[in-house]
Amino acid sequence: MAEGLLSLDDLAVHFKVGNALGGGIKTLKAVDGVTLDVKPGECLGLVGESGCGKSTLALAIMGLLPPTRGTIGIDGQQISGSTPPDRMRMARTVQMVFQDPYASLNPRQTVRRTLADPLRLHGVTDKAEVEARVIDMMAKVGLRSEQADRYPHEFSGGQRQRIGIARALILKPKLVLCDEPVSALDVSIRAQIINLLLELKDEMGLAYIMISHDLGVVEHVSDRVAVMYLGRIVEQGGWQEIFENPRHPYTRALIAAIPDPFHRAAISADAKARGEIASALNPPPGCHFHPRCPLKADICTAEYPAFGEVSPGHRAACHFRDRVS
Amino acid sequence: MTTPLLKVENLRIALAGDGVTYNAVENVSFEIGRGEAFGLVGESGCGKSITALSVMGLLRRPLSLAGGKIVLDGQEIQNVSAAEMRRLRGRRIAMIFQEPMTALNPLSPVGRQIAEMFVLHQGANWNEAMDRAEDALRQVRVPSPERRIRDYPHQLSGGMRQRVMIAIALACGPDLLVADEPTTALDVTVQAEIIDLMAELCAAKGTAILMISHDLGLVANMCKRVAVMYAGRIVESQVADAIFATPTHPYTQGLIDSLPRLGERARRGRQKLREISGVVPSIANYPSGCRFNPRCPAVTEVCRSVVPEATPLPAEGFVRCHHHG
Repeated sequence: MAEGLLSLDDLAVHFKVGNALGGGIKTLKAVDGVTLDVKPGECLGLVGESGCGKSTLALAIMGLLPPTRGTIGIDGQQISGSTPPDRMRMARTVQMVFQDPYASLNPRQTVRRTLADPLRLHGVTDKAEVEARVIDMMAKVGLRSEQADRYPHEFSGGQRQRIGIARALILKPKLVLCDEPVSALDVSIRAQIINLLLELKDEMGLAYIMISHDLGVVEHVSDRVAVMYLGRIVEQGGWQEIFENPRHPYTRALIAAIPDPFHRAAISADAKARGEIASALNPPPGCHFHPRCPLKADICTAEYPAFGEVSPGHRAACHFRDRVS
Repeated sequence: MTTPLLKVENLRIALAGDGVTYNAVENVSFEIGRGEAFGLVGESGCGKSITALSVMGLLRRPLSLAGGKIVLDGQEIQNVSAAEMRRLRGRRIAMIFQEPMTALNPLSPVGRQIAEMFVLHQGANWNEAMDRAEDALRQVRVPSPERRIRDYPHQLSGGMRQRVMIAIALACGPDLLVADEPTTALDVTVQAEIIDLMAELCAAKGTAILMISHDLGLVANMCKRVAVMYAGRIVESQVADAIFATPTHPYTQGLIDSLPRLGERARRGRQKLREISGVVPSIANYPSGCRFNPRCPAVTEVCRSVVPEATPLPAEGFVRCHHHG
């Protein structure tokens, strides 16, 4: 993994849940052996349903949860269970944009303070420089300089998300984790924020991990896409491969589940999955997806499929990856 | 002899504020035929949910019905007594809500909550009602219903809870099912299943659906006709297929163009998303004239002062825009 910005090697994050007296302690494998890399300037779409581990994965990459197994290599830093990250350095490398712009901003801080504090913490002490960088960042996300002394409640949802983006970018990070950045916004506002994120990516040379359940958005913004199910990556590849030629039945089910009034998707409705995601506390044996899979065979209940190559750069963890189409 | 099942005429809903009264919904008219699925689409705050509540007779202070008629099967129901309305609810009209966990009683087993419908509305005894509740659960495809009827809501997954809600709503075979964002809280693959289930059961029982959603794609897939609401008014109403092919109101056009659609990038490469500028106005600051005018690309003087009338469209439906045609 040479010039990758981020490389996850067999990353696992497990939690102990329950207590020793009632029912015993169980292990919840929220992330279970994820190998992934992100190159500078690239956008990786991360797709999966609630409970699949994508938020745990994001927190681990942020350095906020220690890995149980495996390593996170990020811009030259190696993080593992025994070597915690250098937080200050992490903050200048990875930042996050959160889903809910109402909950993720401090209601008692003005925009100016929200943006200036990280700069000061990271050693930019010259007042004029702080001010210039705050105003410059506000302009970049489409806020006017006279709005700097306002509080979050004075802004609309879309504007708050702009503040959240400005806060993430003020330290000029290399990688930004966007966790459902538009799903809490009004439908008519979403395009503004998506366009803004893409413009900033080009302008500042950012890499994104775009976590979203909205496949339309993921297809629009991603260079590569990874699909997660119960803690593991089940399919990964270039965006076109994933959307035009998906090989994992779960990816196909996700695409088939989207209302498609234009009838333009490459996948037909017969690929829909049955039932719901199982609990990560008690994942089904063999392939985790088999209880919902239309292609289920005996081997699927016995053996977890290898994450095999379909074509260069396109992998899928399905016993029938070469048969699906 | 085609009296519509539900006819809403010039509905006006008032919102009492501090000494001021706002019209949260005005001039809303639509009809739903027997067994027909009708969709009401709009962003948060546009008045779609309170329109649904008014049909159910569930408006509570500070909201109140200020004008218009709601006619169910030839009978005006906007002024009937509370007791009469209770008789209609559940028997003739039923509703399912967005969040099944808050809509279900957490202290009562789900079987009992379904059985209650038969006891209250059809005078069944509890033993018989519990048997029928089990059947109802089987119909909404809850696995092993004989055990599930004793479960409490917290023991079920989100999708299962919504199935229980559907079972309750359809228990007495109502003429109309009001579904307010029934799948917004669910994962996409589960959403697809629930929508299919709802459509299938309603078609089998001849139940009409009033579907409320912010997702134009979802509504258009399920409903025959769709009305789009913006800031308390219906701006356009058309046959579902036509609304995607030939949206006539600038707001509808903007909505359809602004969302990334599956397959679009593969077809045409990544295009910048078309944005709808500005923000959704708050109810205290609704602009005069056409309420979309501050955001409209085709705005002229008349839009700022005169409320546009509903202009019939050539095929079916209407649009409220000065610049149509």
